Amino acid sequence: MDKTTLLHYVVQASYFAAAVLFILGIKRMSSPVTARSGIQWAGVGMLVATIATFFHGNVAAGLGTGLQPQTMTNILLMVLAIGVSTAFAWISGKKVAMTDMPQMVALYNGMGGGSAAAIGAAALIGAASGTAHHTLGTAQIALAVIGALIGSISFTGSLIAFAKLQGWMDKTFRFGGQQFVNGLFFLSALGLGAALLFKLDVTIVVAFFAVSLLFGVLMTLPIGGADMPVVISLYNAFTGLAVAFEGYVQGNVALIIAGTVVGAAGTLLTRLMAKAMNRSISNVLFSNFGGGGGAASEIAGSQKPIEAADAASLLYMAEKVIIVPGYGMAVAQAQHKIWELSQQLIKRDKEVKFAIHPVAGRMPGHMNVLLAEAGVPYDLIADMDDVNPEFATCDVAIVIGANDVVNPVARTDKSSPIYGMPILDVINARQVIVIKRGKGAGFAGIENALFYADNCRMLYADGQEAANRLIAELKGIDSGGGH
Amino acid sequence: MISGEIALYLFMLAAFTGHEIISRVPVILHTPLMSGSNFVHGIVLVGAMITLGEATTLTQQVIGFVGVFLGAGNAAGGYVVTERMLEMFKSSKKEGAK
Repeated sequence: MDKTTLLHYVVQASYFAAAVLFILGIKRMSSPVTARSGIQWAGVGMLVATIATFFHGNVAAGLGTGLQPQTMTNILLMVLAIGVSTAFAWISGKKVAMTDMPQMVALYNGMGGGSAAAIGAAALIGAASGTAHHTLGTAQIALAVIGALIGSISFTGSLIAFAKLQGWMDKTFRFGGQQFVNGLFFLSALGLGAALLFKLDVTIVVAFFAVSLLFGVLMTLPIGGADMPVVISLYNAFTGLAVAFEGYVQGNVALIIAGTVVGAAGTLLTRLMAKAMNRSISNVLFSNFGGGGGAASEIAGSQKPIEAADAASLLYMAEKVIIVPGYGMAVAQAQHKIWELSQQLIKRDKEVKFAIHPVAGRMPGHMNVLLAEAGVPYDLIADMDDVNPEFATCDVAIVIGANDVVNPVARTDKSSPIYGMPILDVINARQVIVIKRGKGAGFAGIENALFYADNCRMLYADGQEAANRLIAELKGIDSGGGH
Repeated sequence: MISGEIALYLFMLAAFTGHEIISRVPVILHTPLMSGSNFVHGIVLVGAMITLGEATTLTQQVIGFVGVFLGAGNAAGGYVVTERMLEMFKSSKKEGAK
């Protein structure tokens, strides 16, 4: 066996190892106990594959033989690109606040989509101008085109999602006949892509990419902030598929396997997310919250306020307390204070649980991450389906910064836009305390029947301040209350 | 080069794998897992490196350079963000033992 053949096998074996490590890594990430080692396994896989690629036949070809004068330049460019980009991503990833995590995922995901589109572009332009390493068969052109289309959409779409979540851009952007225009762009992209099957021409390739990239922007512009998690997850799956397709074009098994696994897992995750929000994926993409829809029924009664001192004595007497945090808590940065309050309750031998709605936060599980950051152990955190029956046996439920996900009209009022959405059955608790800054409605703009219920009291305050006052009052009962 | 039908089998098996490994995941891990799978498709970096390595014209070098730059950002950023999230997950039992 000569040196080139040996090297070829080493490189291929590294790709195989990477694919195995990715799958095992994702598998380990699906349990809280092994999750951390999971990302590390996948990380090792990535490192191995990246290093091996420097020795890949098509990369290192001509080194030392003088056949290809560009080889050395290309490798230097590679090192430069990897160095600069890794430094940027590493630092930005380390610095970002946990509440801003979703847009960073969107940004990095968009970069991956763009990278896949670039692979497609190079393959198509190379084949069109006859300068490519290898010619492309029809199946390869077709997959290069599809992968490039999906990758381009994911690229520009994720960047828009990033800009929106970062607050750089107005939440929605709509104009008359928008869906018609979008449809036109999509069909043009498909048409140009199909044309490439018959005639590989550089001009058509360029036009195809221009239209595809623009379509990604147009498609994401009208989608509101509340739906962004689903969109980011969808684009994550898109990038995976794009990578898999471009992997086929290159004949690279590592790309095919890793890309397809992510594509399938991402699609499933997107569906779970959309289901938790009671929205179908097409609904998220092609329509908007609150657009029309029947007016919800009026709610009789009034919201009844409560003072922190009274709320604290309710907590003092309770045996079981369930805390329902929403994104409002994270915005108020109250998670640390809430955990402090919980510790005070646990110290007084009360059973404390955190009930998390699947879409609390900006992504499913985002709330868990935010609570974990505050130091809440994950075994105190319960999923919706597990905790819902427990509200009936709970003395006090504290709702902080959550609104639509605890609104009972989702179960009772057929005319409500959120009818059918799974909710936390907070209303079944003996006593509910809602910590809220004012009387406003939630994301969906719907009045919350919970706030008007007989067993519900409103503690109007900023999240942090409310938690602080409750802690102080609890301590006050201990020392001064004297039984 | 991989032949068409073998690629088809690969797609199918990998899709099942992706579906299987994620279907029993507790909600608390959805965000880290989305972030983790985001990291895994950073393998696109490898493909972009090969594209740049094969480049013979200036256009291809530019496209390849952009591809590698974006791919590396995906991989590095995806890793850091996921690691930071997972670092925070701990059980109350372990804490009690400390």
